[in-house]
Amino acid sequence: MILTEASREQIREKVSQYPDRKSAILPALTIAYSQTGYLNDEIYREISQVIRVPHVEIAEAATFYTLFPKLPVGKYLIQVCHNISCALLGADSLLAYLEQKLGIKKGETTPDNLFTLVTVECLGSCATAPMMQINQDYYENLTGEKVDRILEELKAKA
Amino acid sequence: MFYSPVITNAAEVASSDRLHLFRYVEDPDQSKVEIFEAHGGYSAWKKALTGMSADEVREEVKKSGLRGRGGAGFPTGMKWGFIPKGSSKPRYLICNADESEPGTCKDRVLMERDPHAVIEGMAIAAYAIGCHQMFIYIRGEFNHCIDRINAAREEAYARGHLGKDIYGSGYDLDMVVHTGGGAYICGEETALLNSLEGKRGMSRIRPPFPAVEGLYACPTIVNNVETLATVPHIINRGADWYRSMGTEKSTGTKIFSLSGHVKRPGNYEVEMGFPLKKLIYDPAYGGGIRDNKKLKGVIPGGSSTPMLTPDMIDVDLDYESLADAGTMLGSGAVIVFHEETCIVWVALRLIRFYRHESCGKCTPCHEGTAWLEQIIRRIEQGLGQPGDIELIEEICGNILGRTVCPLGDAAVMPIQSAIKHWRDEWQYHIDNKKCLVKTNFEFQ
Repeated sequence: MILTEASREQIREKVSQYPDRKSAILPALTIAYSQTGYLNDEIYREISQVIRVPHVEIAEAATFYTLFPKLPVGKYLIQVCHNISCALLGADSLLAYLEQKLGIKKGETTPDNLFTLVTVECLGSCATAPMMQINQDYYENLTGEKVDRILEELKAKA
Repeated sequence: MFYSPVITNAAEVASSDRLHLFRYVEDPDQSKVEIFEAHGGYSAWKKALTGMSADEVREEVKKSGLRGRGGAGFPTGMKWGFIPKGSSKPRYLICNADESEPGTCKDRVLMERDPHAVIEGMAIAAYAIGCHQMFIYIRGEFNHCIDRINAAREEAYARGHLGKDIYGSGYDLDMVVHTGGGAYICGEETALLNSLEGKRGMSRIRPPFPAVEGLYACPTIVNNVETLATVPHIINRGADWYRSMGTEKSTGTKIFSLSGHVKRPGNYEVEMGFPLKKLIYDPAYGGGIRDNKKLKGVIPGGSSTPMLTPDMIDVDLDYESLADAGTMLGSGAVIVFHEETCIVWVALRLIRFYRHESCGKCTPCHEGTAWLEQIIRRIEQGLGQPGDIELIEEICGNILGRTVCPLGDAAVMPIQSAIKHWRDEWQYHIDNKKCLVKTNFEFQ
């Protein structure tokens, strides 16, 4: 069993809110992901048992949405927005700066398994560009100095 | 205190008796229910529920001329009127908070800083269509908005604004907070319905329209966050007051998200019909172009709307004026770029996004956007071939109007306009295997 009883209870609570239990699939994936930090077929099976819908329907939904990494990532998932408003304010150079600071390329994880660096599409932070999301949090109006501080703080917390 | 540091024109709004959506968005306590109530919050909901019939609410909103702020601009009151009379099925109201159109960051501010205003608007809309269970579909990345809306929902229940027998009227209303999985397409209302039903977010063929067969095949209305946040003001102050703002056909106010190469990117609430040039250059808003460079182009209504050149920006920000200028108001996301921006570079950023977000249902969109990205990328990399521009135009023509949902159109319209306005620059890029202008944006 991967999902904890607490996660299962949260999923059951979600199921009770909807007229149709299938609607709890996306919330269940979110709950599972926030517990584990990744999703895989075994997790889909466990969710399917809790919600009581066929496993294939969980997998079908999960593989459509980008929010849930299907491969293990580092402790901190750094997502740099590279869409137009951020790109106009230097998102590409922000990415290059992060690659240089972390010593990894986009799509890679640092050897200490602390940081994974990826690019993502618009996160709705267009008037506070450039920006990145790290796990649950947004970091906006980024400068080199801010990025240095954020990375130091995360390293210290780890 | 505030999660997002985004600039707003709340001070201007607070000193105006016309602007209203942003009045309290710089008040860090506005998200608390007592403060919201002290600022007149939930009075419109009470007024509607205890003093007006559902038909009266709908008529007032219809008369106000309010149009959907998510992008399509469809008259809100009329949309509500499409719910079939006499159907015994449950009816659903969904607040579309899947804000994902590149350039758009306005609904996020409302949810984060004035979450009860969104809930109040939802409640009034729900009552107007006879709905007893309403949903808000928030994009999954907006963790802070999700927390704020969840907290506000609990407060609203605790204070009797939601739940059973609200204000002693006998009316019951429940609210479910639903979070998305990171898919732009789910902002399209039929894809949103599929997603809310636990399926892949793929659009549905219309008809049947959601008002007739929507969520769980029941009559459903989907409205944008800003649209719903406007409704309480119309109920409190009347349709005539609302109509007194803006233009005859584009009434009221609108929040514009200004981003890109301006000195003061931010969210600004202005009356419909506000001059685009003023929004970009006035020190109270955009403050002009960064580093005092020359303007090259503007995408006026979110990344899916046709671009404007500097000689086209003497235009007013309302549905009709922008349509006359060959573009659209869309979601009100104004993206500005200056002279040192390669147009092929811009086009590549945009088409990469639409290729990524195409749900894969319609062949013209899922194949076409991938081809467009490949061709535009090779031009950008200096590998363009003679005839590539014509090839792009042909593919665009074969996507436009040939898909179930508007994502296909959204992908090609900015590309078509980029070629129309800057064709020589595309040709230069192919002939010389490099950009006509330097594009090298450093972050600070």
